[in-house]
Amino acid sequence: MNRVARLLLVRRKSGRWHWTDIAAYSYLALGVVLMFGPVLWLVLSSFKTQAGLLEFPPSLLPMSQREVMVQGFPQPLPLFSATLDDGSTRVLAQVRRIGIVAQMVDPENPAQQFRIPIDKRTPVREFKLATENYTEPLERFAFTRFLGNSVFVTVVATLITLLINSMAAYALSIYEFKGKNAAMLMVVGTLMIPITIILVPVYLVITKLGLVNSLWAVILPGAATPTGVFLLRQYMLTLPRDLIEAARMDKASEWQIYWRIVMPLAMPALAVLAIFSIMWRWNEFLWPLAVLTKTEVHTLQIGLNAFQGELQTQWHYLLAMTVATLAPVALVFVFLQRFITTGIANTGMK
Amino acid sequence: MTMRAWVSALAVVTGLLAVDVAQAQTTVRMSWYSDGNEGEVVADLLKRFEAQNKDIKIVLDQVPYKAITENLPVQLASGQGPDIARVVDLGGIARYALDLRPYLKDAAYWDANFGPFLEWMRPQGDTNSIPGFMTQLTVTGPFVNKTLFEQAGIALPGAKATWEDWAKATKDVATKVQAPFPIAMDRSGHRFFGLAISEGAKLFDAKGEPAVIDDGFKRAAQLVYDWHKSGVMAKELWGSVSGAAYRGANDEFKNAQVVMYMSGSWQIAQFDKTIGNAFDWVAVPTPCGPAGCTAMPGGAGLVAIKTTKNPAAVARVMEYLASEPVLSEFYSRSLFVPGHIGIAAKGLDYKDASPLAKASLKVFSDQVAGLSPVAYRLQGYANNRIIFNAVISRVGQAISGETTLDEAYKRVASDVEQQIAERNKK
Amino acid sequence: MTPPLSLRRSAARWLGLFVAALMRLIDWPMRGLQRLLGERRMAYVFLLPNLVFFSLFVFLPLIINVVFSVTGGAALFPSERPYVGGGQYAYLFDCDSFLDPGSCREDHFWRGVANTLRFTTFQVVAMVLFSLVTAVVLNMRIRGRGFFRAVYFFPVLLSPVVVALIWKWILQRDGLLNAGLTALGGQKILFFIDPGWAMFWAIFVSIWAHMGFYTLILLAGLQAIPADLYEAAEMDATPRWRAFWRITLPLLWPNLVVVIVLALIRGVQTFDEVFVLTGGGPGTATLMVVQYIYETAFSNQVQNFGLAAAASVVLGIVLFGLTLAQLAASRRRSA
Repeated sequence: MNRVARLLLVRRKSGRWHWTDIAAYSYLALGVVLMFGPVLWLVLSSFKTQAGLLEFPPSLLPMSQREVMVQGFPQPLPLFSATLDDGSTRVLAQVRRIGIVAQMVDPENPAQQFRIPIDKRTPVREFKLATENYTEPLERFAFTRFLGNSVFVTVVATLITLLINSMAAYALSIYEFKGKNAAMLMVVGTLMIPITIILVPVYLVITKLGLVNSLWAVILPGAATPTGVFLLRQYMLTLPRDLIEAARMDKASEWQIYWRIVMPLAMPALAVLAIFSIMWRWNEFLWPLAVLTKTEVHTLQIGLNAFQGELQTQWHYLLAMTVATLAPVALVFVFLQRFITTGIANTGMK
Repeated sequence: MTMRAWVSALAVVTGLLAVDVAQAQTTVRMSWYSDGNEGEVVADLLKRFEAQNKDIKIVLDQVPYKAITENLPVQLASGQGPDIARVVDLGGIARYALDLRPYLKDAAYWDANFGPFLEWMRPQGDTNSIPGFMTQLTVTGPFVNKTLFEQAGIALPGAKATWEDWAKATKDVATKVQAPFPIAMDRSGHRFFGLAISEGAKLFDAKGEPAVIDDGFKRAAQLVYDWHKSGVMAKELWGSVSGAAYRGANDEFKNAQVVMYMSGSWQIAQFDKTIGNAFDWVAVPTPCGPAGCTAMPGGAGLVAIKTTKNPAAVARVMEYLASEPVLSEFYSRSLFVPGHIGIAAKGLDYKDASPLAKASLKVFSDQVAGLSPVAYRLQGYANNRIIFNAVISRVGQAISGETTLDEAYKRVASDVEQQIAERNKK
Repeated sequence: MTPPLSLRRSAARWLGLFVAALMRLIDWPMRGLQRLLGERRMAYVFLLPNLVFFSLFVFLPLIINVVFSVTGGAALFPSERPYVGGGQYAYLFDCDSFLDPGSCREDHFWRGVANTLRFTTFQVVAMVLFSLVTAVVLNMRIRGRGFFRAVYFFPVLLSPVVVALIWKWILQRDGLLNAGLTALGGQKILFFIDPGWAMFWAIFVSIWAHMGFYTLILLAGLQAIPADLYEAAEMDATPRWRAFWRITLPLLWPNLVVVIVLALIRGVQTFDEVFVLTGGGPGTATLMVVQYIYETAFSNQVQNFGLAAAASVVLGIVLFGLTLAQLAASRRRSA
């Protein structure tokens, strides 16, 4: 805290605006637009109708064409603003379109008919949220089941990840033992192997273990992450050794030292690992798709992608479901934002 | 949060237990991907089956298409597949398919109505088995935005017009109405071969071995290549992504940016639903080349899987779905071209379709009779996807400017040869 | 919505008691083990669970992969696959010239390698630059630092697929960016059919998504630099840029190394982000090597596990080399 205060003091005397301040604030303002803008655009777009998504130039807000009931017509008719032959414009309802001519009526006075070329009319639109983008896919699929599976996978996998990786990190940071270097080499050596390239062999292992179509097939393979061990170990190395020695003097068992002393002290690093584990598990797609074929074990990411056919991407559903899976992540972030960012800053990445 | 997680974890565990109990009765699992509403239609039909057959429970696993193309083969190879699956790579899946013949009450019905399509699903050399039926027969063909033609004041080319005629007409229309895509063709080897066979591609040599690169093929590839140069086709489809990835222009067509969209019958349902009254869209007969005016047949089949533990129950489900009244209802509600000869001969009444959709379905159904034997042969060839993928990947590279067409020809030939050799290594 | 505080408290307490009891339960056999093995060898016990998982799901698959790479055919189980020796490797390395990917028999692999190299180089340089600038700005005396820090960080939490989808939606022909360009009187640019643009956006999006993480690492380093150093510099009337060059950069070096190494690892592993954004195109201009491996094993109609495995072994060896280089670098800075 003291250090921060001093840092603030070394800056120029307050009250004066240096050009660097202006540059800094402009940079940050630009950053806000650049970082938030795209996500905001995604959310807005997800509420547009299928037709609204195809428009160019795109409208900022979700709009859809207004429709009115006109006497004598069973269906609601779409409203257009039409330019008549004499140059005046009127709001008319379209009855039907034949070729390049639209047959239109005055909604107030249905007896009066007009024939308007289709390039002389523009739709009258109003703000409307296409919530059906969300409700339709959610009704079609067993949403609560998928949600339950995703939560189960995320929570259990994160707990296991935290436990076994912190144990390994504890062993690698506190003890000196034979084979330690080999273990370290293994951790660091596999740090760079992306799971994508060993997908098939891992699938074979899972098959031999009889775990296909079980949620454990998703939970177990990623539980031992070299990144997690690496991160936690780096942090545990900075913990004061005296504490541990003192505990040993007090006849605490090794397990107690790990659990009662090291774990609480490693909280910031654990928090970072937890966040990354949650994000990763929640978003995982390729691997669950390979091992989970039955509906009752599908996670959200698979279930909500089931409308992706061979030949078409239904953008309106895709965007809506992306936002739907994003929402929990966003909530976690809003509540834990301070914790996460300071956690990372403190993990001793030095 | 943690509390709730525990509760939901408990819910999941009890849920899994409940499923185990239910599995005491015969369960049939079906993997199904959807392009449109066919998933809902089939779920509805299966519910009716379950009501009549209390001893069989059907679980419909609706999966993304990616799961069918990429993961299903691995699952089948490891014996972890479903009992029934809706697949597109019929030749590739053939070796995992179950022969339903011994279990069927009326195999003759299947031979009579699905005969020509059964060949697509059989392993090489097999002429007898009944692995499944077509949930949809597709026919490739062009859709035209008629309203754009009217706005430009240009007449639609007639029934026997050539590809060159269409290229000229659509380019003129596009220039007048400022549409960015005169012709758009799906980025798919399958779509390309309608054109290639019309231009004279033969695909197989006298011994029946694949010989993809010939004069007809080159003529077609050159046409597509030149169209990209002259702006008849936009690079966004063929020249954008790498490898065999599919790209369609259905969104652009719906948005009236495409004058002629070379795709196929499966687009009808969604065009009907989303274009509505915005413009007139029509299907037109496939344009002609020196060797004819053929489209490509294709489609998705529902195939029974060999590893099933309950072949008899699977056969009963398949029999129900393939029966004429049920299948007619399925085709007509999902707006699919029937893959059932009896139904096709009688003509199908698409009750829910608009006049535009009905007219298009008729054009496509009429195309079936004019398909070239080469097109049928290619569709029935077990390694056809190897050819499709090699062509789209290599010609795509040439169109993007990365290589030349001559280079692409060489690589298509060697890719096909190498991949077939790899598949046959025992 | 939220349960009353008392209820939450008691729930937390019960959970705490439960966990404490569980740990005591574990402690009992652990003590026994400790008596048996002695204090120091308890390390093996702590290492064991991780090792089991690691051997099963990382080490064993790596070995299976090596086995795959010397076999051919389309069968899935290694026992059913015919032995082909170095055939897959020979095929992979069949090139007229290694400087021209187009001359290779399996040109896609080499184009993937070349693209990954190009992508990683530019991405790492730009990533370091942007996160450094941002960290420096965030380290200045500004209001709402916590807010801005969060703004830059939050894309880190999005999945690669979502990130790519968001930007694809903005960059496509009729997307937001082109709407802006036409509104300003410009022409639409088709970003994904131009190799240069496609690579540019692939790098841009990757920086957008990950720079928050690196910024925080650098920010932590900046805040650890003793303030009196700057005070002294100010006394001497040292120009700011010079102070930055002489004080900030050298003291920040350890953090910079971490950033460079992590960005390098991630760059080489890049797959889904770029794949969803550009599809590897146009042509093969943004085809990454991991995408090549994935597609060879899964997406191609003949799922060629042998060739994919050979390619992944080659990639693995390269990555291992990079890791050793990283170790050497970190040794040097700690020495």
